[in-house]
Amino acid sequence: MATVPLQHATNEAEWRLPSRGMVAMASLITAESSIFTIFVVAYLYYLGRDVSGPTPKEVLEIPYFGTVCLLSSSGFIMLAERAIEHGKMAAFKLWWSVTLLLGAIFLVDTGMEWRKLIEQDHLTIHTNLFGTCFYSLVGLHASHVIVGMLMMLITLVFALTGHVRAEHSYRVKVLALYWHFVDAVWVVVFTVVYVVGR
Amino acid sequence: MGTDSMPAPQGIETGLDRTPAASRTGTYLELIHSWIVTVDHKRLGILYICYALVFLLVAGAEALLIRIQLFYPDNHFVSPYTYNRLFTMHGTTMVFLVGMPILFGFGNYLVPLMIGARDMAFPRLNAFSFWISAFAGLLLYYSFIGGVGLYGTGSAPDVAWFAYAPLTERAFSPGHAVDYWAVAILASGIGSIGTAINIIATVFCMRCRGMTLSRIPLLGWLYATVSFLVLVAVSPLTAAQAMLLIDRYLGGHFFDTQMGGSAILWAHFFWIFGHPEVYVLVLPAFAFANEIIPVFSRKAIFGYPAMVAASVGIGFISLGVWAHHMFTIGMTSFGNAFFTLSTMLVSIPTGIKTFNWLATLWGGKIRFATPMLFSIAFLFQWVIAGLTGIMLSVSAWNWQLHNSYFVVAHFHYVLVGAIVFMIFAAIYYWYPKMTGRMLDERLGKWHFWLMVIGFHVTFDVMHFPGLLGMPRQIFTYEPDRGWTLLNQIVSVGGFIQGIAVLILVYNLVHSYFRGVEAGPDPWDAWTLEWSTTSPPPAYNFVVDPVVASRRPLWDLKHPEDPDSAFE
Repeated sequence: MATVPLQHATNEAEWRLPSRGMVAMASLITAESSIFTIFVVAYLYYLGRDVSGPTPKEVLEIPYFGTVCLLSSSGFIMLAERAIEHGKMAAFKLWWSVTLLLGAIFLVDTGMEWRKLIEQDHLTIHTNLFGTCFYSLVGLHASHVIVGMLMMLITLVFALTGHVRAEHSYRVKVLALYWHFVDAVWVVVFTVVYVVGR
Repeated sequence: MGTDSMPAPQGIETGLDRTPAASRTGTYLELIHSWIVTVDHKRLGILYICYALVFLLVAGAEALLIRIQLFYPDNHFVSPYTYNRLFTMHGTTMVFLVGMPILFGFGNYLVPLMIGARDMAFPRLNAFSFWISAFAGLLLYYSFIGGVGLYGTGSAPDVAWFAYAPLTERAFSPGHAVDYWAVAILASGIGSIGTAINIIATVFCMRCRGMTLSRIPLLGWLYATVSFLVLVAVSPLTAAQAMLLIDRYLGGHFFDTQMGGSAILWAHFFWIFGHPEVYVLVLPAFAFANEIIPVFSRKAIFGYPAMVAASVGIGFISLGVWAHHMFTIGMTSFGNAFFTLSTMLVSIPTGIKTFNWLATLWGGKIRFATPMLFSIAFLFQWVIAGLTGIMLSVSAWNWQLHNSYFVVAHFHYVLVGAIVFMIFAAIYYWYPKMTGRMLDERLGKWHFWLMVIGFHVTFDVMHFPGLLGMPRQIFTYEPDRGWTLLNQIVSVGGFIQGIAVLILVYNLVHSYFRGVEAGPDPWDAWTLEWSTTSPPPAYNFVVDPVVASRRPLWDLKHPEDPDSAFE
């Protein structure tokens, strides 16, 4: 009885399982959400507990432009998903590039905001509690944007060389799910830092 | 080479010597190489288990050094600084380098086999998770050479396993001991999260034909629950370690009380991880009990759906109890009441599980092989550990006994009496599957009885110095405290357990070479891992299995009375 093929069981019904890519990405998102939760809790807990300035009210400006860019990129990546599903590779490459570009604009916008904070307002991670929490939380999100953009860039390069094709639409969707998560987290970070925190 | 011009089957037909030309050392190198590059879930599982067993011996030795130090009052066997390092490293090692890896090792090995899959969902992620965990262990122990601890003295982390802020800040812990601690835990956390993602994807996406959610072996369900807990509870620790490193390296102020930072926030973040971690460790122990108790009672598990619901329930409730570690820090009366009640609530699903195990035993034809002996001891000890847990959950009682040896005795009752005992049971139960040979039963009985006696001498008695007011983590005590005899009994028990573990190690090595051949199904069990050879081939199953009930091998062995007719 080396290996028992359990063939006596008759089961002709269709056997469908959830796809492992989506389940794994959902799990990763669960883990990442708890990491973000901890940083958000720290941010809220330390609001107004600083012993020295500057305070959020004095220095923070709402980043409307970057926010619009990042949130709209979620729509463009959906267009890209739909395009590759229907085999329209040219449209996929276009929408995918637009998504990447919008992500890049968001990063540049954040970079300019940080530059202003550091050079004009002399707020660094070392200055006070607000600085520590602000740069950690926004930086954590920005690092996720960078990771997402790197993965999208790799996908774009392979799409241009013809290695990513319509049959890979499922994997593209898994990656897009991550990007949607990055955008959704920004809604939370934006609300906490720029709406509640100001 | 021009292979196209060569007649293809020539080598085989001319009886060419096909053994590798390499020398003996070459083949050993190849063997080691094949284990290092492996992505096979079974090999990675065994690597996890061996790695954890090595650290079990290391951390056990640290515990025995602690016990020698506490044998006499005013003892100077080790210095206070060394003592701090010993209990910090003992705790950190046992949780992160023994408990988690050994449980993930069994999960890695068993989950794909039990659900009829050929490997985990992401084999390479699996290998990555193991090697980064292994790296974490080496990094933590490198701190003995490379780190400088509390107040700049000595080496290795010495801030206790919960590393309360602001003790861990640069001002109080210069040098790199705390950095090693934080980075090691960060790395092991990344490995744990990777494995957890992998196990969830495997359980839900890789099941063989016919294995619906209600037919997954309970072990699969429990490992999925554990993995969910790892995702939502280990991640906060990862985040907190990142904050600590920001404080230490970038001059942040998260836990810097001089700049308005909060030490209490660290305590919250740590215990948001710390309490679910207990369930991350104990749920796999439950999973082993769920598989072993029915097989040795010759009955199907009692109340499968209730067991699944209770396990998932424990997972959820355990996320809302963390502050019962913090009653003495001071909370509102609402906070005290909430965390007392939520902690007591855990005893409902765990009670369901306990009674279901008893109901499985009830009327069964019980075989007292070594795995079953450990499981029976586990049942008793788990109940006692749960009872002292309920005592400690009452905030008023907790104020009296917080950070005393009563608490130490309580959580060791869980960690040793429940978790380590079930790990030993699992080793005896699945060792034949992993190696193809049985562990020696006579040595197993010696191991079991010495372990039970040693355990009770140590940890039953340890409650009393706690009740008499002996705080944990103290380096020594005065002779007139009245704790001397109790501490001496505890230390003797500790050494009895040490001998028991050495017997296990001898048994593991001895039986690997001399053990009785096991065959594919030595215990006459019912789950899919026993349908393939011992050890299983790299691809697990020649033909993808198809199942029609929770006990596919029962159906196969008893076609006249299959389970599938009743489900």
